[in-house]
Amino acid sequence: MATVELDDIHKRFGAEEVIKGVSLTVADGEFIVIVGPSGCGKSTLLRMVAGLETITSGELRINGLRANEKEPMDRDIAMVFQNYALYPHMSVAQNMGYGLKIAGLPRDAIAAKVAEAAKLLQLKDLLDRKPRQLSGGQRQRVAMGRAIVRDPAVFLFDEPLSNLDAKLRVQMRLEIRQLQADLGTTALYVTHDQVEAMTMADRMIVMNAGRAEQIGTPLDVYERPSTLFAAQFIGSPAMNVLPAEGGADGLRVAEMVLPNPAAITGPVMVGLRPEHLYPDPEGPIGLRVRLAEPLGANTLLHGTLASGEAFTASLAGVHGIGQGGTMLRLSVAPENIHLFDAASGRRLG
Amino acid sequence: MEKRVTFRGWFLPLCLIAPQIVISAVFFFFPAGQAVWQSLFIPDPFGLSSQFVGLGNFKYLLGDPYYRASFVTTAIFSTLVTLASMIPALFLAVLADRLVKSAGVYRTLLIWPYAVAPAVAGVLWMFMFNTRVGVVAWYLGQLGYDWNHVLDGTEAMGLVVVASSWGRISYNFLFFFAALQAVPRSIIEAAAIDGARFWRRFFTIVLPLLSPTTFFLLVVNIVYAFFETFGVIHTITAGGPQQATTILVYKVFSDGFVGQDLGSSAAQSVILLGVVGLLTVLQFKYIEKRVHY
Repeated sequence: MATVELDDIHKRFGAEEVIKGVSLTVADGEFIVIVGPSGCGKSTLLRMVAGLETITSGELRINGLRANEKEPMDRDIAMVFQNYALYPHMSVAQNMGYGLKIAGLPRDAIAAKVAEAAKLLQLKDLLDRKPRQLSGGQRQRVAMGRAIVRDPAVFLFDEPLSNLDAKLRVQMRLEIRQLQADLGTTALYVTHDQVEAMTMADRMIVMNAGRAEQIGTPLDVYERPSTLFAAQFIGSPAMNVLPAEGGADGLRVAEMVLPNPAAITGPVMVGLRPEHLYPDPEGPIGLRVRLAEPLGANTLLHGTLASGEAFTASLAGVHGIGQGGTMLRLSVAPENIHLFDAASGRRLG
Repeated sequence: MEKRVTFRGWFLPLCLIAPQIVISAVFFFFPAGQAVWQSLFIPDPFGLSSQFVGLGNFKYLLGDPYYRASFVTTAIFSTLVTLASMIPALFLAVLADRLVKSAGVYRTLLIWPYAVAPAVAGVLWMFMFNTRVGVVAWYLGQLGYDWNHVLDGTEAMGLVVVASSWGRISYNFLFFFAALQAVPRSIIEAAAIDGARFWRRFFTIVLPLLSPTTFFLLVVNIVYAFFETFGVIHTITAGGPQQATTILVYKVFSDGFVGQDLGSSAAQSVILLGVVGLLTVLQFKYIEKRVHY
């Protein structure tokens, strides 16, 4: 049980600054997901919390105490790695009990704790196996078990599900979330998958190029993205973004005119989520459909606008629209129009 | 999945393995066979005739106290050489592995001794410890220690062990270093987070993961100590003083080519062949079980 505070954390590798000042306060028991594209610094940030990378400047506090100079073993954390990092020469039980053995616990206490964790993770029958005799999902569980037996203050997860197949990933996602909620342990979870971020996080940090673009609950980020990057990164399929000109009569996007909810004038970027569009014969948006992807519950329509910009709409139900250039008119509710500053990408209104 | 190629007919596969078979036959099976054959005879001092004695040579050898002493000498020597060449090599490799900057320079410098031929290395060490002109012997004298490996068997053994191990450290270092680099970083990090400090991690995680390399080097170094140290011993002590450094392979040489007792020499080389074969089998049978591939 612990709080984690990051106070203007920076990281430099030589001349290159990879983390450009991240501040965050994690409450006790909170599940924080750090999400972003490859190379945005999300893993580096996690490794700095773990003590595997030094912090160039700024302060890290775990439970209110400065942890910058503490060795990983002195931080009371446990980490689950992307490749699980199980000890290949040890059995499942030994892998899980290694940390306890180092801590000097008596043998029977270790066995009891390992058995308890194994029961929780359905690993009871596998305790004598070596990691190479396990499947990907089982290895993942052992890595989880190794983290929970030590009953740490903070769990750190570094893309733990990215080596699993899609179905197992969905299942493990639930299990991890459930386990963390049951144990009430503070967790930091790194992923590049925005679906994982949306489904697991109490709050998420959207990272881009070493900066936190937005910190908030998943629905906050989805409904009110604070930057253009966060808007496009969260949500699938990605938000449509078009350059526009604000005026008294509305937003001019090429030859279309959309309602102007915040009455903003000058050049702006307009963001429209594909799922917020609906068919409307009188609608201002004319989409020439090039490709339809029927997903069953909804249909993704990819095409171009009259101005030639690529545009995607996601409509509920099945739409028997042909592949070759059908014209469809769409509309969007004014409250679902996102506006961003054309230069800085910051949210307007 | 193992991929196998199936050949039609015999000609092509035979051609493909022929070079290996020819080399093995000319350089191993033929001389080994001759040694076995010769070990059954005693030739006269001029080599003009020889008399069949059956296992007489072997019977004589096993009763010979000098030969039995040579076994003990060999056991001590090869154990010391193996330890003295592997432990420092592992230690240096661990240090090099921790190095972030200029690891390449350090590595290259550490490899150099391997480029020195054993006999040359022997001469080098012989001069350094020469009782009259040797630098090291002189400094030891200044410190009040009278170094004389020509008279003292223990000192002679120490010197040939050091001289034999020196160049070998480089060889072992290379393998250990490569193996250390291959240990996944995240496993070390996981152990660090689990609370293990450097040496604890080293003994409980790294060393077990190095076991395939350690095992390989153990086999190779024992074979090295048995056979390839001949040049070093020949140049430094020539087996002396009082046979204190006469290992089995050196005795094969000195009895056969200095003492001209070709029958006994051949019998010794047959025994040596058996000993090394047996050692290797034992190593694979018992030690390999403890190796994690």
